[in-house]
Amino acid sequence: MSWQPRRGSAEVAQSERSEGAISISNQNANPATVEAPVIEQETRSEEDLDLPWQVIVHNDPVNLMSYVTMVFQRVFGYPREKAERHMLEVHHKGRSILWSGMRERAELYVQQLHGYLLLATLEKIG
Amino acid sequence: MEICRREDKLEISELDPFLAELLRQIPASANPEGTPTAEQRLFSPPAGPREREICAEWKLYVQPELRRLFRTATETVAADLEQLSGNEKTFANRTLRIPAKHADAWLSALNQARLVIAAKYNFTDGELCDHYRSPIGSRRDLSLFQVNFYGFLQEFILREVIDCPGKNSD
Repeated sequence: MSWQPRRGSAEVAQSERSEGAISISNQNANPATVEAPVIEQETRSEEDLDLPWQVIVHNDPVNLMSYVTMVFQRVFGYPREKAERHMLEVHHKGRSILWSGMRERAELYVQQLHGYLLLATLEKIG
Repeated sequence: MEICRREDKLEISELDPFLAELLRQIPASANPEGTPTAEQRLFSPPAGPREREICAEWKLYVQPELRRLFRTATETVAADLEQLSGNEKTFANRTLRIPAKHADAWLSALNQARLVIAAKYNFTDGELCDHYRSPIGSRRDLSLFQVNFYGFLQEFILREVIDCPGKNSD
């Protein structure tokens, strides 16, 4: 499956690259006199800050436990023990946070999990 | 019915007409059309209702891909099940051979079918965990048996093909 780029994804990717960037230029510098550096600070919208998101899998009485474990191993590359731990957390607590990070990757994981027919959602942290 | 792994195939042999019919029903059972609860389960939202943008884009871009993915799996299974087409009286001597490379398609189709049936009959957790329920006295009981039978096949595929990809047994 491939994920269609969402609107503005390029802009978000750019903001990720420049996240926290403060460019400092030292213009017209010469050995004798050093002028105070000009500090340019980028302003970013709240969306550009792109708070971390989390991928959550919800309990589903139909999906087999062994199947869910296999899906976690495949999608997240988790070792069997970790995948089983998350599967049991889903089973006993109703949900488990499988991953957290940037939105685009979280969307991709959720898409993959839906491809395996698991009940998965992404949520913004905080 | 006997089920085993032979080299790069799964073999289901000594099929009685009842189980053969349940196998043949996998593609049709996986179809959620006409059952809104099943449709909602197979195509559940990717985020809460507050994330309207994500949900709208998902519906536009991802759902069609998921439909294609699920349909491809059921088509693969339907093609394998062609081996069971014909006179049901001869099923006892039939062997269904499933190529190991179709294991993912079978897992998906069986899962789709189980989810659609469970959504259609709104089975409770208790019913779904009751693997020894008997006898089959109603359409609901039959459907629950179908869910469990498909689950048994999934477990076998997971154990024999997915967990042990290179395993050979004769």
